[in-house]
Amino acid sequence: MNQEKNKNLALCDAFIRDFQSFETQLNGQSTTQFHKERIKAISTFAELGFPTTRDEKWKYTNISSFLKKEFSLAASSKVDKSQIEPFLFDGMQKSRLVFVNGIFSAELSSLDENNGVVAKSLEAAHKENKEVVEKYLAQHLIFSDQPFAALNTAFARDGAFIFVPRNTIAAQPLHLLFISSSDSVPFHSHPRNLIVLAESSELQLVESRHFVGDQEQIYFNNFAAEIIVGANAKLDLVRIQDESKSAFQFSSLQAKVDRDAHFSFTGVDLGGSISRNDTNIEFTGENAGAQLLGFYYANGTQLLDNHTFIDHAVPHCNSDELFKGFMDDQSHGVFNGAVLVRPDAQKTNAFQQNQAILISKDATVDAKPELEIFADDVLCSHGATIGEIQEEHLFYLRSRGIGEEMARAMLHIAFANDIFERIKIESVREKLEDEIIKRFSE
Amino acid sequence: MISIKNLHASVEGTEILKGINLEVKPGEVHAVMGPNGSGKSTLANILAGREEYEVTEGSVSFLGNDLLEMAPEDRAREGLFLAFQYPVEIPGVSNANFLKTALNAIREHRGEDAMDAMEFLKLVKDRLQLVEMDQKFLQRSVNVSFSGGEKKRNEIFQMAVLEPKLGILDETDSGLDIDALKIVANGVNKLRSPERSFIVVTHYQRLLDYIVPDFVHVLAKGKIIKSGGAELAHYLEENGYDELLNANGKAAA
Ligand SMILES: Nc1ncnc2c1ncn2[C@@H]1O[C@H](COP(=O)(O)OP(=O)(O)OP(=O)(O)O)[C@@H](O)[C@H]1O
Ligand SMILES: [Mg+2]
Repeated sequence: MNQEKNKNLALCDAFIRDFQSFETQLNGQSTTQFHKERIKAISTFAELGFPTTRDEKWKYTNISSFLKKEFSLAASSKVDKSQIEPFLFDGMQKSRLVFVNGIFSAELSSLDENNGVVAKSLEAAHKENKEVVEKYLAQHLIFSDQPFAALNTAFARDGAFIFVPRNTIAAQPLHLLFISSSDSVPFHSHPRNLIVLAESSELQLVESRHFVGDQEQIYFNNFAAEIIVGANAKLDLVRIQDESKSAFQFSSLQAKVDRDAHFSFTGVDLGGSISRNDTNIEFTGENAGAQLLGFYYANGTQLLDNHTFIDHAVPHCNSDELFKGFMDDQSHGVFNGAVLVRPDAQKTNAFQQNQAILISKDATVDAKPELEIFADDVLCSHGATIGEIQEEHLFYLRSRGIGEEMARAMLHIAFANDIFERIKIESVREKLEDEIIKRFSE
Repeated sequence: MISIKNLHASVEGTEILKGINLEVKPGEVHAVMGPNGSGKSTLANILAGREEYEVTEGSVSFLGNDLLEMAPEDRAREGLFLAFQYPVEIPGVSNANFLKTALNAIREHRGEDAMDAMEFLKLVKDRLQLVEMDQKFLQRSVNVSFSGGEKKRNEIFQMAVLEPKLGILDETDSGLDIDALKIVANGVNKLRSPERSFIVVTHYQRLLDYIVPDFVHVLAKGKIIKSGGAELAHYLEENGYDELLNANGKAAA
């Protein structure tokens, strides 16, 4: 018996059982090449079980409240256009894919302006873009030691498929909207995104995760994404996570960035009872770059965890990572930033910063940089600060007549500004700023 | 305007102010001079409401209110303004947003409507001219990467926008070259009126050639040891503080 891995939990058994009924619903899809990966993944999951805090990567992330829950396989739910209206962005009304409980919704989606980009549900792409799907799907996200990635791979059926052909510059950003609505029983859903940018293409992408209904609804969203940024291509991805305060959201992202390419990722985490993001970037060609930004705001008893891993496998690549967040009430933040500079990766620049502000005395943050550097001609720096609003700043504002509460809110926004000012899509930036101001004044 | 009586204050158990008495009437300009570490900034900061100083004795009445009981923002709203000796840099808060928020908080307190963006812009453009500052400073973060002189001018600019009843200038002249000094002094002089008072804290008599005070006080070791008219500043310029300090030391002994 392996106590260590939480293998014998009822929840594990339930997923394994659910997989059997899931398989029978797959129809045509059970004959694809990908289905072999699913079978491999479920047995890997059965082997791994769920992690415990004895596991180094889960040391500060206690998921026992999640393990006590029961979930059933997601079914679609009735969500109408007016319900998703608050989550839409100006300028992206005609280029969006919408998923409800992980299942593509053609009625809610709109692709009138596709800008030469192939964007559709992964389920459709299995048939219509077989070549690209077979080439990339499940080829990059490693699940051998990652139970959540394994579980996603086992249940992966739908999600977004995006392919930007060579030299295609998408004039408008594309929006992926994942809506959750758990009206009766808590569901589990495993959306899988495959995003491929061919050589010298460019795309701005916004992915947002919201819910309709009340904050108390429980569900389990287990996302995974594979992202391939081809040579000289540029991808800018902003991901907003605002799940219900009772939801469990896990996210595994694996990006490969080829030579002369650039990947910019901004993750904003606001919701979830437990939210854990694993964001992994690997440079596969020289002179590639990545910017990894994160912002989080937690209150109540939320647990927000960001694990990042940047693999400098080749020379002359730059990574720039900045995470900033606020922890209020009894919330708990975890940041673990791993950077690996392999022996061949000379002339690497790797910069990493994590700054957290504790608004409440009862909030906690565990921040850990993890640099492993095996090349000698590199420029790497990291830092982590956990602080409070500076009294001097507060006094200066108040001494001009600004009330204490307002002054605090202004300083909070200012702190987050480093992240927000780097969000290039104006409508996204403005909406987020408004949202944050709203949370601070609640 | 303001009446300071027997003010004693300490920081971390050390007494810094040892019985300050100062009375300022509307329209008056009082200069407070004194050597390094004599307690000038401590006095200014206590008046503005800084919490790290502990007032152990005495009272301060400002326009009839018990100043020491008021929160810093309420002091500002009632018309007190401190131009800091060392203005802090606040990354991410734009000068314009900061000032507009402050101005509207003060206006609300006075029962006036909030200023809209247009009116505000008109006002600040006018006040920027007063201290010869470029409009580009509005969009920059408060004091961030401002030169020493720019920070001081920004303080006077804020004062010109907020139009306080009592302006306290803590060494606004220190480190300024003569041109910048003239600009700052000119800004202050334009704000002088029969209703508005100033307490000008300075090290150097030179400033007082440009902002001519009605009264000069010498603060040493936490006490005002001598008060006089503008001529006292000239006396100090010629004789330094030493003679005065020695005389005071003897008197105390
Ligand atoms: N926050 C503080 N903590 C500890 N000591 C302090 C603090 N503020 C002031 N002091 C001490 O109190 C004394 C008076 O300081 P203050 O800054 O008021 O002098 P000042 O007259 O303004 O001097 P300067 O001319 O250098 O500006 C000094 O000895 C200083 O070190
Ligand atoms: Mg001083």
